[in-house]
Amino acid sequence: MSIKQLHQLLPGESAQIISFHKDLTLQSRLVEMGILPGVEIRLLKKGPFNGPIEIKVRCYEVALRYKDAMQINVS
Amino acid sequence: MATNLPLIALMGNPNSGKTAIFNLLTGMNQKVSNYPGITVEQRRGNAQLTDNSTVEIMDMPGTYSLTPESLDEKIVAQQTLKWLNGIDRPAAIISVVDAGNLSRNLYLTSQVMELGIPVIIALNMMDRLKRKNQEIDSVKLQKMLGAHAVIPMSAQEKWGINELQAELTDVITKENIEVCSHIQMEIPKEIEKIINPISEFLHNKCDHDNYITNVQALRLITRKSAFDLYSECEDLSSSEIKSLILLRDKVAHEIDELGLNHRILEATLRFEMLDNTLKDLTLINQNEIKNQSRSERVDKMLTHKWLGPLIFLTLLYGIFQSIFIWATIPMQYIDSGVGYLGNYCVQLFSPGILRDLLVEGIISGVGAILIFLPQILILIFFMTILEDTGYMARVAFMMDKLMNKIGLQGKSVLPLMSGYACAIPGIMATRTIDSWKERMITIIVLPLISCSARLPVYTLMIGAFIPNKPILGFLNLQGLTMVFMYFLGTVTAMIIAAIISRFIEEKGKSSFVMEMPPYRMPLAVSLFRQVYIRGKLFVINAGKIIMAISIVLWFLASFPKPESDTVSFSIQDSYAGKIGHAIEPVIAPLGFDWKIGVGLITSFAAREVVVSTLATLYNVEDEGDDFVGITEALKNEVNPLTGLPRYTPLVALSIMVFYVYAAQCMATFAIVKNETNSWKWPLIMIAYMMGLAYIGSLLVYQGGQVLGFV
Repeated sequence: MSIKQLHQLLPGESAQIISFHKDLTLQSRLVEMGILPGVEIRLLKKGPFNGPIEIKVRCYEVALRYKDAMQINVS
Repeated sequence: MATNLPLIALMGNPNSGKTAIFNLLTGMNQKVSNYPGITVEQRRGNAQLTDNSTVEIMDMPGTYSLTPESLDEKIVAQQTLKWLNGIDRPAAIISVVDAGNLSRNLYLTSQVMELGIPVIIALNMMDRLKRKNQEIDSVKLQKMLGAHAVIPMSAQEKWGINELQAELTDVITKENIEVCSHIQMEIPKEIEKIINPISEFLHNKCDHDNYITNVQALRLITRKSAFDLYSECEDLSSSEIKSLILLRDKVAHEIDELGLNHRILEATLRFEMLDNTLKDLTLINQNEIKNQSRSERVDKMLTHKWLGPLIFLTLLYGIFQSIFIWATIPMQYIDSGVGYLGNYCVQLFSPGILRDLLVEGIISGVGAILIFLPQILILIFFMTILEDTGYMARVAFMMDKLMNKIGLQGKSVLPLMSGYACAIPGIMATRTIDSWKERMITIIVLPLISCSARLPVYTLMIGAFIPNKPILGFLNLQGLTMVFMYFLGTVTAMIIAAIISRFIEEKGKSSFVMEMPPYRMPLAVSLFRQVYIRGKLFVINAGKIIMAISIVLWFLASFPKPESDTVSFSIQDSYAGKIGHAIEPVIAPLGFDWKIGVGLITSFAAREVVVSTLATLYNVEDEGDDFVGITEALKNEVNPLTGLPRYTPLVALSIMVFYVYAAQCMATFAIVKNETNSWKWPLIMIAYMMGLAYIGSLLVYQGGQVLGFV
């Protein structure tokens, strides 16, 4: 599977996190919430007008901003 | 709060049901300092255990890890560093874990278990697991983790609490408990070698074992907040900080050269260990993310692009309308009860100063406020439901983009919404907002959200002067006016936020990561406790501040008495009358007379006081012995110059607009000073709010007159 960014996934699509862009300051928090490279996620929905993106990971649901999702590589 | 009771700390992730467990353990026996927000401050309560001994439970804010991201989490992280250094160590820690989300929740637990304090794991939300026909072998889990005990329970269905209490008894009665975490990370040798300079530095400051210092070193290099926390707590000198920064940068660089990432190293190692450990528990399966949950299906509608916001607005409108409708009957009961009590006292006591004080000062003043208790309780009731069901998180999701445009963010929504009940818990709830700038803006505009103290003012004015006319068949003019006042405050708050966000500089970066908790039925215990606590606070307030002000005011309004009995007493000549008349020229352009002026002054303590002030003034003025109801008194007031009624719907509107904007709650500004550590922000707030209030009222009254309203 090719590598793309989290915001490019379609609702309902599953993927595995590959890496974070190094400018993503948020990554330290994300990993503490169990969102780290190697983990499976599924995109649930995208908010209107490039609003937040909701994903499912480790049996829970979490929302991130669109611009942060752009810095997360998945495949 | 030094008690000799054994202290138990309650820790856990946000949305793990920690507060529900706290409520179940402590019952009504809680000490909540000041205003109860949703666990935004330290809450303590005593819990009776099975053997009748008592422990003190400390409810810590919810956090994902011991590295702080928000102010809330910083409180927890600071506390645990203190424990590590042997200060105020609790006898045990209850780590609340959401059983349905084991791996993420155990991250914090594994960090907490390194503190060397006995840990009891409350495996909460087992009811959800049971419904999915899943099981967790708690004995196996306890052995795997090395915890003191693992108690499967459900705060929702209220089982497992007795077992938890029994374990608490066990842990406080046993001496020399061996504490040993079985879930320690494996730090590879090469990493240990790289971080060694930092570990040595830490070891010289504080004599912990190798593992603890290594873990601390790893945590220090993840990010600035972790570093700052450590240097603050350990009281490092500036030269020590400098050398530690050099060490940190060197170590971080070396780790990245290995092809690793220093920002996520601790979490990566810890989750590697956790995921490996949990693999043995058959329950954990990765396919879980493929299943569509009930919440997900509900969300398809509730957070739908167009439907979502529409549902939200309808809900809000329904809440405010129902406050008006449902509260009417209990309010009438309270009203007639207070009137009955006043008249009863008039008959019971002989005329004199004491009776006047009791009837005109205390009963009319406090009574005028007590009437609004039903409305406030209904408002709190709905706000708590919105939050406890998990709906508020969805609102935050829907609003983040919009809020971001005006300098706020999704997480500002909850504090702003709590502002409809009271600004103070709202301001404290801003501690969950990571970004300094967004937090400041949220605090600055929060007092513009109409709080429940404005409700008495709106209700009085609307009830007396706005006709009860139906509009468009299903709406009603009174209800609509009320909604408009709330709308006005809210929209102004948005506009002010957009303006000041241009002037405040950002320290740090804005971020938004928010867990969407599953929808759940609110727990009746928690719901009614919240309503009860707020109601109690309101009544105590009415009892204290308002009673004191009513007494002082009664004195000012009743004295000086004329020297001879032949001259009849006129309230215009009293001290209060003189004060009111002195400020009348300033407020006359707004349509206010001197009595309202006195009310404006007394409302500096709290907004609702204006109602009791007017009640007291009218009762003192009234020469008869009867107890005067304030609505009637306002309607009957006549302007001596024109002979027309003094208060018109236009004046009422002007008063309401003034109260939408005016800065009139001392408690709010005291809290803002506390939360921002300076007088700068409270002073800015008072200035801009007063300016808005004056200009707003002026426009309404003068504009209304030009348009031909009287």
